Amino acid sequence: MEEQRKELVVEAPKVPVMGPGHTFGTITEKISAIVLTRPTSKGWIFGFAISFMGLMMLLAALSYLFVKGVGIWGINIPVGWGFAIVNFVWWIGIGHAGTLISAILLLLRQSWRNSINRFAEAMTLFAVACAGVFPAVHVGRPWLAYWLFPYPNTMNVWPQFRSPLMWDVFAVSTYATISALFWAIGLVPDLATLRDRADSPWKRRIYGMFALGWRGSARHWHRYETMYLLLAGLATPLVLSVHTVVSFDFAIGIVPGWHTTIFPPYFVAGAIYSGFAMVLMLAIPIRKVYGLEDFITDRHLENSAKVMLATGWIVAYGYGIEAFMGWYSGDRFDAFTLWNRLHGPYAFLYFSLLSCNIFIPQLLWIRKFRTNSILLFLISFVILVGMWLERFIIVVVSLHRDFLTSSWGMFYPTRWDFMTFFGTVGLFLTAFFLFIRVLPMISIFEMRTLLPEAKVHAE
Amino acid sequence: MSQIFHRSTNTLARATIVGAVLLIVALGWVVWRFQSSPYITWQGVRKQQPVPFSHKHHVTGLGIDCRYCHTSVEVSSFAGIPPTKTCMNCHSQIWTNAALLEPVRQSYRSGQSLEWTRVNQLPDFVYFNHSIHVNKGVGCNTCHGPVDDMPLMYQAAPLQMGWCLDCHRAPQKNLRPREEVFNMRYQQPSSGNPVTLDGKTFTEQDALGEYLIKKYNVRVHRIHTSDGQRSVSDITACTTCHR
Repeated sequence: MEEQRKELVVEAPKVPVMGPGHTFGTITEKISAIVLTRPTSKGWIFGFAISFMGLMMLLAALSYLFVKGVGIWGINIPVGWGFAIVNFVWWIGIGHAGTLISAILLLLRQSWRNSINRFAEAMTLFAVACAGVFPAVHVGRPWLAYWLFPYPNTMNVWPQFRSPLMWDVFAVSTYATISALFWAIGLVPDLATLRDRADSPWKRRIYGMFALGWRGSARHWHRYETMYLLLAGLATPLVLSVHTVVSFDFAIGIVPGWHTTIFPPYFVAGAIYSGFAMVLMLAIPIRKVYGLEDFITDRHLENSAKVMLATGWIVAYGYGIEAFMGWYSGDRFDAFTLWNRLHGPYAFLYFSLLSCNIFIPQLLWIRKFRTNSILLFLISFVILVGMWLERFIIVVVSLHRDFLTSSWGMFYPTRWDFMTFFGTVGLFLTAFFLFIRVLPMISIFEMRTLLPEAKVHAE
Repeated sequence: MSQIFHRSTNTLARATIVGAVLLIVALGWVVWRFQSSPYITWQGVRKQQPVPFSHKHHVTGLGIDCRYCHTSVEVSSFAGIPPTKTCMNCHSQIWTNAALLEPVRQSYRSGQSLEWTRVNQLPDFVYFNHSIHVNKGVGCNTCHGPVDDMPLMYQAAPLQMGWCLDCHRAPQKNLRPREEVFNMRYQQPSSGNPVTLDGKTFTEQDALGEYLIKKYNVRVHRIHTSDGQRSVSDITACTTCHR
């Protein structure tokens, strides 16, 4: 065994990042045709309609919420943070994969990212939008949610800067801003391509407006590359910081099950874990439907699966440490939190969590599971469910039985909780369907740089 | 392929870089001015009253003390609106046939109270107590403005939370000796107009204010810290007014 170890030997990738036989022209044609020339398919209309119904359901649920107040949800005392916070953390976590792919993998020169970064960034934006809904409506008086921001006001008071909830506002709004900028800047050369290829004057005008006068001159490219790298540098710390701050929402509190220093790394890993699962759940159907197997190859699927396997183990380590500290701290309440997870009324959810997040994803060790689209799609779904359950365990199961036995309670979600949650899925998918219809879902110019012809050096 | 955009678009695009910032700042300024304007605060608005009662006439002209009508101002959270009987103490003798006062006589005959339109209105989620302010040396006109010069009553202060906190955070700027609280012509001390209290002479408001804060225990409640006072946060705590 010992002599078989091949340390420090990087194996050449078996599957290339792009199918054979492509030229600059075919890449441009294939991706831009989806937006410009191919007719809107029945499948798209059907998918969009279903998603739009979900969005309408969200609006209905929120309208009723505005009329009646948060009492329509299952939240109570002691569980004041119910679905809203669970969903918020879940969505914001999903966004993290997009930033990781677009910023960190760019800086690490992982060229395989070029075919998935565009829609992963879009996924980030839409996930952050979905996440943003929840804290805003959870404050109880959503029309006053702007009080979260520090601005000069007639009350002469600032928000409480010592509260992690306040830090959260800054973390998430910074994240949303940088993600939007990064996405928009990255789109500029492709928008110019669409402007030049569009057939109607109005399409040309609209794409032209957002292309910001891009002509593809050397100076343009120089500035663009500088800007893009700078933004990547700005976005990189956000991959780590945003979910760290989100974890502070819990870790700063003294509730057993929340008050632990393992939270920041374990939240960040969990975020990337769920984010890559979402990337796969989007990439697999997209490449099938639009015939993009040449661009999103099995190598992309396999790499994403490996990232999930790695981050999944960090998450598993987090669970392990939590359980270990429950015993090792000697704290009765910490020990009880562990006992309550294993034997309490929500125990079945804890075991589902362990299965979804730890046991089932171990199938990814097997190569067949990493390269088989359907199996990978299913495992990704299981991971997304698992990561949602994790947040449910953290939020609800920790709160429902804390220090004072007399104030124990149970949390039962209502139909409005579910409608709001699935409504945001509708919002996410609606935005995504529109995105793939009107914008190039794969970065055309970055794909072109993958061709051998692009590797021309001056030396 | 022809140009999609006219050449002027370049200038327009550059202008939007500065323009967007200016627009946002301008919008913020407009919202801020609007929020502090009388349209929102009702400052200076003379509201319609059943009888056009003139504080100017009764206070400056006749020299009636505030407490003659607002009897509970020193002992209660509510200053008190006088019953019709208080009006009739005088108006059963003078101006007995004035048409202007018919609603007062009508109220006296029928026993139905006059329904005055409230001028200084605080929201229900604010706990406000007149007696504590009066007893700690906050003059009537500090908040209510020159009532002795108001032919028709209006609200002088914005009554927004920021305005409350301006004083709660720096009470020394407004305090006066307790015996001067109902003096509508009281002047803050200056070198030409010193205020004498407890044998001391003050020529500056800040010195007098600091002295009165200690004398009346303005910031201090029952608990004392090492420096003998609790911090200023006592009267700026959320729960002081939002109970």
